[in-house]
Amino acid sequence: MKITLNGEARDLTGPTVQDVLAEIGLGAAKVATALNGAFLPAAARTETTLKDGDALEVVAPMQGG
Amino acid sequence: MPVFYGTEVVSPLMLGTAQYPSPAIMAEAFRASRAGIATVSLRREGGSGQDFHRLIKDLGIPVLPNTAGCHSVREAVTTAQMARELFETPWIKLEVIRDDDTLCPDVIALVEAARVLSEDGFQVFPYCTEDLSVCGRLLDAGCEVLMPWGAPIGSGRGLNNPYGLRSLRAHFPDVPLVVDAGIGLPSHAAQAMELGYDAVLLNTAVAKAGDPVAMASAMALAIEAGKLAHGANPIEARDMAAPSTPLFGMAVLG
Repeated sequence: MKITLNGEARDLTGPTVQDVLAEIGLGAAKVATALNGAFLPAAARTETTLKDGDALEVVAPMQGG
Repeated sequence: MPVFYGTEVVSPLMLGTAQYPSPAIMAEAFRASRAGIATVSLRREGGSGQDFHRLIKDLGIPVLPNTAGCHSVREAVTTAQMARELFETPWIKLEVIRDDDTLCPDVIALVEAARVLSEDGFQVFPYCTEDLSVCGRLLDAGCEVLMPWGAPIGSGRGLNNPYGLRSLRAHFPDVPLVVDAGIGLPSHAAQAMELGYDAVLLNTAVAKAGDPVAMASAMALAIEAGKLAHGANPIEARDMAAPSTPLFGMAVLG
């Protein structure tokens, strides 16, 4: 499954968003997600299946002003 | 102390968490500043986000996530939704930028994003200009606090338009007002408080100072001084001298 993860082209197994997070080592991390530009709540990750061409953003708390 | 959306915070100083020499210095600067709110952001997880989240929790003060870097309503709304889930707060410092040289807010998109977010239950802290009409529109959109810039973010120029900020204060006497951005020196922060502002939000002035911890203390003292001065009803400035020493009783010597 070829998706864009945080701006980078990746080939991942998935198929759900939660599977992808586990695959990249963030299965239990405090992160928020957006799929194709729209917010994807944490509760929806296990039932949301990715497909080729999807863009997934995974963000975390960071320094800010 | 300032009350934002029904929550009283312990200090009128709101401090950013970016650009410090180290996490330890950031934490020490927060202690020295006695800040009431810490601003934070969201960025792609590159490995450091989890540690930072713990560091922020340890500060023990409310967190205000921002939408820094967003240039559209859609980006800002999605970022706010992610921030609400991640930081477990309805508060959002709403930034929608159009011009990258000045980081001047795109006030048209800002008002629209503020309306969308307010209707969705967010408590919006809009980073705005001091324009009375724009600020009125933001209140119409559901905002209960306004955060006009003092000067462009990171410029350290202080209050570029004290007249405009004073007008805004007079126009909206009951709305919590925060000078956000442009502060470089403690005297700038004191000036904002002397104008009757409820709080000051700054980051670069402390984080990029040679000694961030000392500057954090200086900002805390200045804000306290400015707040006390405003409450003490300062005298009006005048053009001509007015002798403070009484003339009555002066010996005739010449």
